[in-house]
Amino acid sequence: MTFSLPASTVSPRENLPIPPAAVRPAGSRWSFAFLIDIAIFLSIFAAIYGVYVIGRSWMGPATPAAQISQSPRALPLYALYSLVRISIAYGLSLLFALAYGYIAASSRRAEMFLVPLLDILQSIPVLSFLPGVMLAMVALFPHSQIGVELGSVLLIFTGQVWNIAFSFYSSLKTEPRELREAATVYRFSRWQRFLQLDLPFSTIGIVWNSMMSVAGGWFFLMACEMFVLGDRDFRLPGLGSYLQTAASSGDMRALLWGVFTMIAVIVLLDQMVWRPIILWADKFKFEQVESARTTTFSIISLLGRASIVIRAYRLLIRPLAEWLTLTFAIGARAAKSLVPPRRHSTNKWLVWTFGAAVLFALGYGVFHAVRELAALRRADYWRLLMAAGLTFLRVNAALVFGALWTIPVGVAIGSNAKLARVAQPLVQIASSLPATALFPVILLLLLHLPFGIEIAAMALMLLGTQWYILFNVIAGAMAIPADLKEVASIYRFSQLERWKRLILPAIFPYLVTGLVTASGGAWNASIVAEYFHFEGKTLSTDGLGSTISRASDSGRLDVLLAATLIMAAIVVLTNRLLWRRLYRLAISRFNLQT
Amino acid sequence: MATASLSPVPIIEARKLEKFYTQPDGTRIQVISPTDLAVYPGQIIALLGPSGCGKSTLLRMLTGLSPSSAGGVFWHGQPVTDERPNVAIVFQSFALFPWLTVLENVEAPLEARGMVPIERHKRALRIIDAVGLDGFESAYPKELSGGMKQRVGVARALVVEPEVLFMDEPFSALDVLTAETLRGEILELWQGRKIPTRAIFIVTHNIEEAVVLADRIIVLGKNPANIRADFAVSFSHPRERKAAAFVELVDEIYRVLTSTQAEREPGAVVAASNPPVPGKKVVMLPHTRPGGLAGLLEILVDQGGRIDLHKLADELNLEVDSLLPTVDTADLLGFLKVEEGDAVIVLEGAAFAQADIQQRKELFRKAALANIPLLRQMEQALRAKNNRTLPAEFFHDLLDEHFSEEESRRQLETAIQWGRYAEIFDYDAATGKLTLTEA
Repeated sequence: MTFSLPASTVSPRENLPIPPAAVRPAGSRWSFAFLIDIAIFLSIFAAIYGVYVIGRSWMGPATPAAQISQSPRALPLYALYSLVRISIAYGLSLLFALAYGYIAASSRRAEMFLVPLLDILQSIPVLSFLPGVMLAMVALFPHSQIGVELGSVLLIFTGQVWNIAFSFYSSLKTEPRELREAATVYRFSRWQRFLQLDLPFSTIGIVWNSMMSVAGGWFFLMACEMFVLGDRDFRLPGLGSYLQTAASSGDMRALLWGVFTMIAVIVLLDQMVWRPIILWADKFKFEQVESARTTTFSIISLLGRASIVIRAYRLLIRPLAEWLTLTFAIGARAAKSLVPPRRHSTNKWLVWTFGAAVLFALGYGVFHAVRELAALRRADYWRLLMAAGLTFLRVNAALVFGALWTIPVGVAIGSNAKLARVAQPLVQIASSLPATALFPVILLLLLHLPFGIEIAAMALMLLGTQWYILFNVIAGAMAIPADLKEVASIYRFSQLERWKRLILPAIFPYLVTGLVTASGGAWNASIVAEYFHFEGKTLSTDGLGSTISRASDSGRLDVLLAATLIMAAIVVLTNRLLWRRLYRLAISRFNLQT
Repeated sequence: MATASLSPVPIIEARKLEKFYTQPDGTRIQVISPTDLAVYPGQIIALLGPSGCGKSTLLRMLTGLSPSSAGGVFWHGQPVTDERPNVAIVFQSFALFPWLTVLENVEAPLEARGMVPIERHKRALRIIDAVGLDGFESAYPKELSGGMKQRVGVARALVVEPEVLFMDEPFSALDVLTAETLRGEILELWQGRKIPTRAIFIVTHNIEEAVVLADRIIVLGKNPANIRADFAVSFSHPRERKAAAFVELVDEIYRVLTSTQAEREPGAVVAASNPPVPGKKVVMLPHTRPGGLAGLLEILVDQGGRIDLHKLADELNLEVDSLLPTVDTADLLGFLKVEEGDAVIVLEGAAFAQADIQQRKELFRKAALANIPLLRQMEQALRAKNNRTLPAEFFHDLLDEHFSEEESRRQLETAIQWGRYAEIFDYDAATGKLTLTEA
């Protein structure tokens, strides 16, 4: 079914009373719709209570180091706190990403530095943002909990926002030329163009990247809710801090409860939010022919039937969208004259002032950063480079291990429809589990083995990133054309030949895509993988990630800055020197669509 | 009735309109040479030309979508840049918004003009009805066939009541029958004065389509685009494709289109020993693969060495666009000559047609080295190197001086294709290197 979510478009059906999905249910469905209405009422009550609880806690006096209860009874509330933090951070990310992507795509001058900047920002681990963000927020709201809370939200934000921004930007850049021309010829205002072209065209990319981002939010939740900054201890009540506390005190029971809660929340979110949204986003596929589609029961189509939603849509959203469109329409301004809106030259000095301010701030920041860096001794740099080398080895070892198991498994799943039906949902659930939540359990198993910490660090990197490889390999194996497989059978390729001549070349482009994402993810994960508090001790292994974590813990801003720069440089350089080349090779030589 | 009285005042007037790209080193690549063109009310004008000749660019400049490099476009005497005129374009790819329903797609331009819902709804429905789409208002474009999609495109264009309706190869993505139906319907709307549109400007590469529809046909040559002929068509509608006058006009247009090849590069057949003179006009390679060449020449031999290109295209069920590049190639290599819209085989061509695979390659190699300066240049450059190897990029830089970035890439691709076929050199796609083939 094609269902139009109210907010997405301005509905044309002025003489039809309700949106299409709502037209369908006839008499017998009314009782059903009534039940949904009741459910919605109840949820609104629950939400109001939730807002009250959150508000009370946020507006309360600043308690940066809250006592984290270890009772399972505290878990529902903690889960709510964490969920709200992640949701707010995601909302901010989305808004910021839309603005960033839009500006980068529409101004050539801005594009020149915004896009490379995105590359760099993406490679900076969340903890490197921590001191700046936290100190600023606490200074802004010294007497209220809201400062600490906002700090935590902003930390989560820094881990979520960049890939969404990049996705939106690249969607905008790949809009088909004739669609853009149609929007221009028919004189769409910027707003109408955004609503009817830019946003719909990029929806699918935004949705998939949002899923990845939120998963990243859960991954780094422990780091974002509980941390030490020099001599200051920050603890926010939440699922992350609950798990962290349980791990560091070695409370196995609490740990398992926490892991269980987190898994439950994530699986619920996946089923109730992401799946319906993906189904809905199907409408925005840029395709000329309708593809086969399965109708699935989803919460969104249910909502579309509820009369409250319909009424809200008719009374609020549609008039608002209509009003905006008409306000921005050139016709409204210029009445019947055909004069198009001219570019305002008055904006120019505003742009220049803004640019100058940004430049000044940048210069100021660079000056101080250089002073900090200059204070470090040569031995410090030497140690940092050694640490970078170790993390480099660890990340790549993790990638190799990841590739070694995911390639055979992914190919098996991708080339066997029966197996795929069973394995796909399992893999999807497994991949949505937050690696950091499972981590303490893994640690417990590995700690007493020789090289236990080393193995554990790589295991955590793997847990966070192997899924990117696996999903891509599965997709690659599914895309191998049947006739090529037949060729392999007819000419009696041996198993070795089959892999060498057909499978590996065919999945190569997909494998590279997966590895690129996994590599970036593994570098970012090193900050939690190489350094952790467990059973009252701090366990760490030498590496750039642990250097960053330790520097953040001990408030060594100079080391933090230097280590972050090195990490960003390594990630950006490997992207440029290795991955991009492999990617080009993949496209020019191993592309099945000639 | 098709030849409505010519009002002396044109709606659109292009004066010395030009498009060129300036290279970093200051040289300029001319895409459209200075062109004068006027669109008068009451006419359907067809702009006809081979693909890649700049027809679409010209259309976009007339509508104000694309800026001109020099000269100007005037609507009712006002520069198009000052007064964005009330235009509409029907696109080749339909350019519908797939996430909007038919009705929403048609309403979008009215929304952009700030029209209130009730009014725009009424207008959109009226026009949807007129193009035969009622019942499909709430369908999404992907549910529709190509013909229905283009009807939506037409409805969206007509709903703004444009003064001039622009159509950019509107029927070339459709099958023959659907295209014919739609052409008929557009004519009907136009002749029945059911739309307030005062002129239609259609870009096409299909000669018959132009003759069926237009009151005036402008034929464009390429490299750079320039007006080669301007025909007034005064047959009454409906036009009979088999009528003698119709066929004669199609033939005539064919002659004009193909004559561009004959005139080009008279000095191309110089001896191979003559080194290419720098700064000389560069031959532009048609983008073909050598594979079709033998087929064309064999047919030509079978037909007694001379064939009318129009008839050949008809027989092979090809449009000019697909046939002419191959004819061009054969002409360029000195395998045939084009005279008065006929292809005439020459000695080398006949030999090529009758040769076996290996001999053909040898003949192709000789002809290519003799007639195509670029390939000759490449061969000499490779021979001059000790290891007989050069990166392909090297030649790209040479081409860059004469063509746009995109075109020089395509030129190089074609040259590599031909050079490999002729066994002049080998090409390794992974390293991007050319190596001279030693005999």
